[in-house]
Amino acid sequence: MQHWSTTLTNFFTGLGLPEAAALAIAFIIGATALAIFAPTLALGLIWITRKIVSRIQDRIGPNRVGPFGLLQTVADAAKLLSKEDISPTEADRVAYNLAPIISVFGVIMSTTVIAFAPGIIGADLHVGVLFLVALGSLGILSALMAGWSSNNKYALLAGFRVIAQLLSYEIPMVLAMLGPVLLVGSMRLQALSEFQSLEIAGFNIGLGWTAFVMPAVFLIYFISALAEGEQTPFDLLEAESELIAGFHIEYSGMKFAMFFLAQFLNSFFLGAIAVMLFLGGWQGPFVDQLPILGVVYFLGKSMLVYAVIQWIKGTYPRVRIDQMMAFAWKVLVPMVLGLILWQMMALKLPAPTWVQYAAILIGNLGAIAWIVVILNRHFLNEEVRTKRAFEPASLIGTMQPAPPSGD
Amino acid sequence: MLQNYTFVLILSGLALLVPVAAILLGHFLGPRRPNPIKNQTYESGVETVGDTWVQFRAQYYLIGLIFLIFDVEVIFLFPIALAYQRLSLFGVVATITFVVILLLGLLLEWRKGALEWE
Repeated sequence: MQHWSTTLTNFFTGLGLPEAAALAIAFIIGATALAIFAPTLALGLIWITRKIVSRIQDRIGPNRVGPFGLLQTVADAAKLLSKEDISPTEADRVAYNLAPIISVFGVIMSTTVIAFAPGIIGADLHVGVLFLVALGSLGILSALMAGWSSNNKYALLAGFRVIAQLLSYEIPMVLAMLGPVLLVGSMRLQALSEFQSLEIAGFNIGLGWTAFVMPAVFLIYFISALAEGEQTPFDLLEAESELIAGFHIEYSGMKFAMFFLAQFLNSFFLGAIAVMLFLGGWQGPFVDQLPILGVVYFLGKSMLVYAVIQWIKGTYPRVRIDQMMAFAWKVLVPMVLGLILWQMMALKLPAPTWVQYAAILIGNLGAIAWIVVILNRHFLNEEVRTKRAFEPASLIGTMQPAPPSGD
Repeated sequence: MLQNYTFVLILSGLALLVPVAAILLGHFLGPRRPNPIKNQTYESGVETVGDTWVQFRAQYYLIGLIFLIFDVEVIFLFPIALAYQRLSLFGVVATITFVVILLLGLLLEWRKGALEWE
């Protein structure tokens, strides 16, 4: 499939422009399209989030501005534009002003390697997956810069929590991203998407998702992505009752809007990465015949993953910080390292490919079974504990006298 | 190949322009009536006591160190993953040993209590 820039360049050289100028114009058009796409998408995402969460909470949600309240976010953005830009005198000026810029820069740059359809990708970098990981770290940096430079104790506490949470969950997330890379042998996002085709009788139904081969790795990625996107149940960074707003408490007007935009886009892109790596990317029926259909499949899948994230946001309570850290380091990291080891050994089995894949699948199912056992034991303990706390009557007759201490 | 990075360069310029333009626009469109009280640090209406940038928990530092070890490991694992199909038996054994050593390191950190959060 031809890359979009080639098509555009051919079009402009056809108009009589020299090769270099045509390429430059094509690139500028493409880059502008991506830079406009990202903020526009954010407006839509905020609307979707508010609608989903309000439906879960038995409310209607925004419904006044525009059809179905679609223009509510635009109105909010206009309101934020008219707000006063307050920066505290105590703040570290350079870092304070740079933080919102860096956070938006990171998410807009992520669009570079998003594979929308065959041939439609900003730049199909050979280090695509690593590029996404590096840009993800930029978000951590901006959150720490904002928390540190605000010279506010709440912001600083939130900044430390950012470091603890995002650093801890980055390890299982990146290791989980290693799974598909190991299977495909390429970090190019297009190659990863192309790999996930499945032909039945010569017809590509596009269901060769890596998530079917490695469901546990996908789950680990998804859980870590929830933490990386600062979404419930891992939204400790903006625990309103403890930290007021989080690291962006001292920001107002457009600077606050930038953090807001970056956060929504970030959680969408984490879902989009999940789609590209594990859920088939733009693969779907008839995509070989009509490549533009890939955009529909890709955006549809990404929106579905995003809707699931918002569903979780509307349903789950927040976890405690010690539970969160323990889950990352004591459950996710050993499990994903073990799964990667298992996959490495399975891929070197002297057997046909399907046997190797079956071996990987068995390892993944085993890991899921193991985690279910651990969680089951944990929740049983919790049940006993809460019973003791709230229903002392149920303990009548079960209490034992304290054992003699011996002195 | 270089063309790809030209595109990245152009997009990075635009990606910087979008937030800078938005913030500048907000800066000029919004009202500007600063006063010393308004520009104070906001801590729930209570006046700030002491310096913000004080000593913090050593636990965060420890997590940072552990992260560094594992992040470097991941950086090493990505090239290996790319070349994995062509790796000889020696390379495979070396990779697996590498991962197992780090897994043992994690277990050691666990035993030493570096992963406990109080």
